[in-house]
Amino acid sequence: MLEIAARQSQLEQAVSKLSSLLITIIVFALLVTFAFWIAERTSERIQRYVKFLIFLAPALVFLFIGLIAPAFRTLYLSFRDARGENFVGWENYHWAFTQPEILDVLKNTGIWMVVAPLASTGFGLTIAVLTDRMRRPGIVKSLIFMPMAISFVGAGIIWKFVYQFQPNDRVAEIGLLSQIAEWLGFVPTNWILTTPLNTFLLIIVFVWIQTGFAMVVLSAAIKAIPDEILEASMLDGASGWKRFSKVTVPMIRGTIIVVLSTITIGALKVFDIIRTMTGGNFKTSVIANEMYNQSFRALNYGTGSALAIILFLGVLPLVAYNVMHLRRERAER
Amino acid sequence: MISKFIAKGSRRTRELETVKVHLSSPWASSAAILLAVLWTIPTFGLFVTSFRPSTGINSSGWWNVFRNPEFTFENYSRVLFEGRGATPPLSQYFLNTFAIVIPSTIIPITIAIFAAYAIAWFDFRGRNFIFFAIFALQVIPLQMSLIPLLQLFSGGLHIGSVTLIPSFGITGTFIPIWLAHTMFGLPLAIFLLHNFIAQLPRELIEAARVDGADYFKLFRQIVLPLSIPAIASFAIFQFLWVWNDLLVALTFGGGKREIAPLMVRLAEMTGTRGGDWELLTAGAFVSILVPVAVFFALQRYFVRGLLAGSVKG
Repeated sequence: MLEIAARQSQLEQAVSKLSSLLITIIVFALLVTFAFWIAERTSERIQRYVKFLIFLAPALVFLFIGLIAPAFRTLYLSFRDARGENFVGWENYHWAFTQPEILDVLKNTGIWMVVAPLASTGFGLTIAVLTDRMRRPGIVKSLIFMPMAISFVGAGIIWKFVYQFQPNDRVAEIGLLSQIAEWLGFVPTNWILTTPLNTFLLIIVFVWIQTGFAMVVLSAAIKAIPDEILEASMLDGASGWKRFSKVTVPMIRGTIIVVLSTITIGALKVFDIIRTMTGGNFKTSVIANEMYNQSFRALNYGTGSALAIILFLGVLPLVAYNVMHLRRERAER
Repeated sequence: MISKFIAKGSRRTRELETVKVHLSSPWASSAAILLAVLWTIPTFGLFVTSFRPSTGINSSGWWNVFRNPEFTFENYSRVLFEGRGATPPLSQYFLNTFAIVIPSTIIPITIAIFAAYAIAWFDFRGRNFIFFAIFALQVIPLQMSLIPLLQLFSGGLHIGSVTLIPSFGITGTFIPIWLAHTMFGLPLAIFLLHNFIAQLPRELIEAARVDGADYFKLFRQIVLPLSIPAIASFAIFQFLWVWNDLLVALTFGGGKREIAPLMVRLAEMTGTRGGDWELLTAGAFVSILVPVAVFFALQRYFVRGLLAGSVKG
């Protein structure tokens, strides 16, 4: 009886969710249609203004409310106490740079920023070069690229299972890493608890996902190198390695830098992997995770905001570089 | 003359082909295949494990299963349809994910295509500034917005005792999550779509203008239909991003089970039920299935989008 009732209420919930979803979409569509209907019937002179109102204003309003204004508010909150009530000066920043746990967090974030982009780009470049000469690279590329579609949470579970450790000696290992260690004659340990190894184990998960991105972008750049250049270097008798280091890499240098900076930004903001695999324990936490913990677990908006600002300052040089790069690119066109 | 020219051309491509073939080495190919296999093993392990009975999972590694195969669908039926106390089964979270993903994809794309069109084809002062500002916003960590937006959604906006924006009582509904995804998705969407729309031939746009099409008709009849490929490639991005998101749903979902998506539940399960591998693996696979299917079906569009702009994170 009870089970039937539970099923019933589940069904009701499902119906109500789907209908609210449908209503939202219909209302939104009607709104857009209506705005167009009115606008197309106004005179040319009025349209000169109306077109900005309909096409540009919604995006600007959303960007202002969702990103620009909050950024200033976060800056403001970072100089105030836990509830945002009193001014505390630099106290939150002082806390961030003196508290031993947070220093660990900053150190880990630094490791992520250096290791993750270099490893992802390195693997991506290797695979791009290897598959460039293959006759049917499709399947290989798809398999390497597939993790990009998998969520960080899903990837976290996949790799947590790989790193699983069986503390009871009499039971067989079920984690692949432990088994491989045994096959190689090592004694497996509880990998995820071992500092600083665990941070690198988490970075592997991220690299596993980002390599596909690096591969696709670099592979397209390599394809764009004119065949004549490759041919000429072949005629000059350059070996495979020489061709790679003296021709391929310099030709795609710009793309490599874009890929590195994009992945660095991603590594700086990594949150889901840490939260799923260790919860930030065992000295594996990074800024994005600590920012969430301070803000929404410890409910300290002051320290949480300060960490968000530190994260922003870390990203800033990369953003500046990207903007400069884009300006140059547009100027060339 | 012309045929001679063509013959020369084709001989040339043939020569280049031989260069390529000459370059393709069996060692490089084997190395690439080896890496691809390595890359797939962890996912494959999860896939195999999700079909094993729990006693098997916990007593032997999944690589042993091929010696005495024993498979079951029970993990899936348990995780999908059996709730536990106040916790609904995963099928409910699956539904929530859909309820979050669809508006969070449609709304930002609509608003973004409007803005991209305006920035690309309207003449106004500050056009370049707006374009660069939006590009820069793209990489600003959304952590910068979490606290203020949450405060706005739950309490409205007040200055002193004056209420500028009321709270609307939307906490605990899907609305804050939809709005947040819309706001965070806009910069990349506008940037990608702008790159595409700005490259539509100027003559086409001007001809339509001369024919008396106003900016609205122009958008409806020419720009929108031509932009479908760009829209498709961004739609895939946004879809995958929202489907796979944890942070936004966790922050703006207010901890309510009724609206929490798959990812929130899975992250919770790894914390509290970390040892129940039969449920975790099946649940994880359910959550992976849709994005991977979308990805394989629309890979071409996805890659095109990747190459057109940088990637949001």
